[in-house]
Amino acid sequence: MKQTKKPRIAVWKFASCDGCQLSLLDCEDELLDIVGAVEIAYFPEASRAFGKGPYDISLVEGSITTPHDAERIHQVRRLSKVLITIGACATAGGIQALRNFAEVEKYIPMVYASPQYIETLKKSTPINEHVFVDFELRGCPINKYQLLEVFNAYLNGRKPNVPPHSVCLECKLNGNACVMVAHGTPCLGPVTQAGCGALCPAYNRGCYGCFGPKETPNPTAMGEWLSQMGMSEEDIVRSFRTFNAYAEAFRRESETLEYR
Amino acid sequence: MNTSQRIKQKGRSDTLKVDYLARVEGEGSLFVKIKDNRVVDAKFKIFEPPRFFEAFLRGRNYYEAPDITARICGICPIAYQMSSAQAMENAFGVKVEGPLRELRRLIYCGEWIQSHALHVYMLHAPDFLGYESVIHMAKDYGEVVKQALQLKKIGNELMQLVGGRDIHPINVAVGGFYYIPPRERFLAMADKLKWARDAAVEMVKLTAGFKFPDLEREYEFVALHHPAEYAIAEGRLVSTSGLDIDINEYENYFEEVHVEHSNALQSVMKGRGAYKVGPLARYNLNFKQLPPSCKRLAKELGFLPPVKNPFKSIVVRSLETLFACEEALRIIGNLELPEAPRVELRVRAGTGYGCTEAPRGICWHKYTVDEKGIIRFARIVPPTSQNQKTMEEDLREYVQKHLDLPKERLTWECEQALRNYDPCISCATHFLKLEIEWE
Repeated sequence: MKQTKKPRIAVWKFASCDGCQLSLLDCEDELLDIVGAVEIAYFPEASRAFGKGPYDISLVEGSITTPHDAERIHQVRRLSKVLITIGACATAGGIQALRNFAEVEKYIPMVYASPQYIETLKKSTPINEHVFVDFELRGCPINKYQLLEVFNAYLNGRKPNVPPHSVCLECKLNGNACVMVAHGTPCLGPVTQAGCGALCPAYNRGCYGCFGPKETPNPTAMGEWLSQMGMSEEDIVRSFRTFNAYAEAFRRESETLEYR
Repeated sequence: MNTSQRIKQKGRSDTLKVDYLARVEGEGSLFVKIKDNRVVDAKFKIFEPPRFFEAFLRGRNYYEAPDITARICGICPIAYQMSSAQAMENAFGVKVEGPLRELRRLIYCGEWIQSHALHVYMLHAPDFLGYESVIHMAKDYGEVVKQALQLKKIGNELMQLVGGRDIHPINVAVGGFYYIPPRERFLAMADKLKWARDAAVEMVKLTAGFKFPDLEREYEFVALHHPAEYAIAEGRLVSTSGLDIDINEYENYFEEVHVEHSNALQSVMKGRGAYKVGPLARYNLNFKQLPPSCKRLAKELGFLPPVKNPFKSIVVRSLETLFACEEALRIIGNLELPEAPRVELRVRAGTGYGCTEAPRGICWHKYTVDEKGIIRFARIVPPTSQNQKTMEEDLREYVQKHLDLPKERLTWECEQALRNYDPCISCATHFLKLEIEWE
């Protein structure tokens, strides 16, 4: 039998909701072609066959929140030729990074009856704070077409075409009326990276920043706009503190406002 | 090792262990200890890291709850969005009715279709057919897998239509929606849903033909019940042992206890012990309200309630997929678009409750908000933590009855027994205590 050497793929999970790795299974039209082109060697959400490393491409979902996971990510890095992080948890710490602005010791008894059993780090951190990351795919959740593009690019030795511009550009491309200008609806589109297809403005609501900061954003100017539209300072802080709260540009702005 | 021989001689002592349970959402493991032919320990362990949702919800605006709680689970975000929205509406004393309520039911049907199709075909069926995964299964069952993917896609499309996207929809608001899509987009789904309905019939027939491991237990089934419909997003909590309460009485009847043999907190019914939520519970309690096509098929195939074998949940999930397709078609067939995308809310201080049927069972929420609408307290009880004690009891009983099976086979069947529950560990984790034991 002819030996074909397909690239071997692994999918890893850290602290997360499973949604980004689900995006891979959500590629309904493409899934059978994907498994024709690559070997899915390690993907516990989908298979009980655990193929040993090394792997050509590792997709990593989730953030680092426990001492054990802080060790495990190094193991994943050692086993992976290319490591791609997927989603807001892996690229920015996720919604669970809201603990980074509080004292996690105070959080634990609010949820758990016996706090002594909980082993957790003070901060939820993105993967690139721990190991070198080859490519970061943003979004909460990621866009599955962008995931396919990144796959395709790495399999063909080219750079992924994932634009770092703002959601505003996507609105223009889609012909959406600007919700800020036309309806006076607060919108984080000007500082948020594109990738969702400008969904929220198309559904008559402001962007809430689930793809994280765009390249070279100006969150201070954004905050001033929101303030002029009548948002309280607390609400502006909250709007920067959601799924990408710990991404640098959003974090700095929310902290500046909070400590002013 | 010849296990059966060993059993006859001196009784089996063994440990069954799966360090990383595959084909479930999240990170868990199972552990069963057998001593002299007795199961002495059965644990379903969780090592998913905690994320503290109930803690960081405090201090957030009420209207952020659907967006934030969706992130508890990428597979069933609608369950969290609907339960939290309903709880806030309850706190403010408003009810979402008429066409808005129908659209909520429609997007929930989408979630049931995609989640059930995912679990039935991609996570659970490989156990029955002897494959490691759906990818391995596709080599021999290519057409079945293609149909499965199409069916799942149609569920996702329904969520995209009403919700904007299928994972973490952006259109669910407290009081209704942000935007109502135009009529044509709903009507365009009808033909796809008719195809999906036919595919679901085949799904039921396929799964009904599986060979089911032998296990029947007397569970107390708990589900929502609504007088006028197969309950999804509204109802009273009822059980097969006569419970019939308002959702705001939940805490009087259910509690979390620390059981000695387990390192996780488990939900039990006060004074009654373990109970079971999810498709079997809904089916056994609300069968009469299913559409005729489901009832006919169930009768034809010999799956009339009560269904007490947990392995048969795969058939019931398929029947519920058929129901969700029929229900979505009914809603689109009688489509009436609401005048406004959401009802008006008057923010006031108070406590509200929400409870809806996630694909895996009831998802219960309670929030207290202050006069500005800021969340001061949040409590969320996801379905998997409610089933956890029952899952361990299933393991215990199943292994005890099948001690003659070879270790590898028995271990796989233990995995399958847990997958009967479509456990969502990511959901359960912010509630369960954590034990890390790596070997």
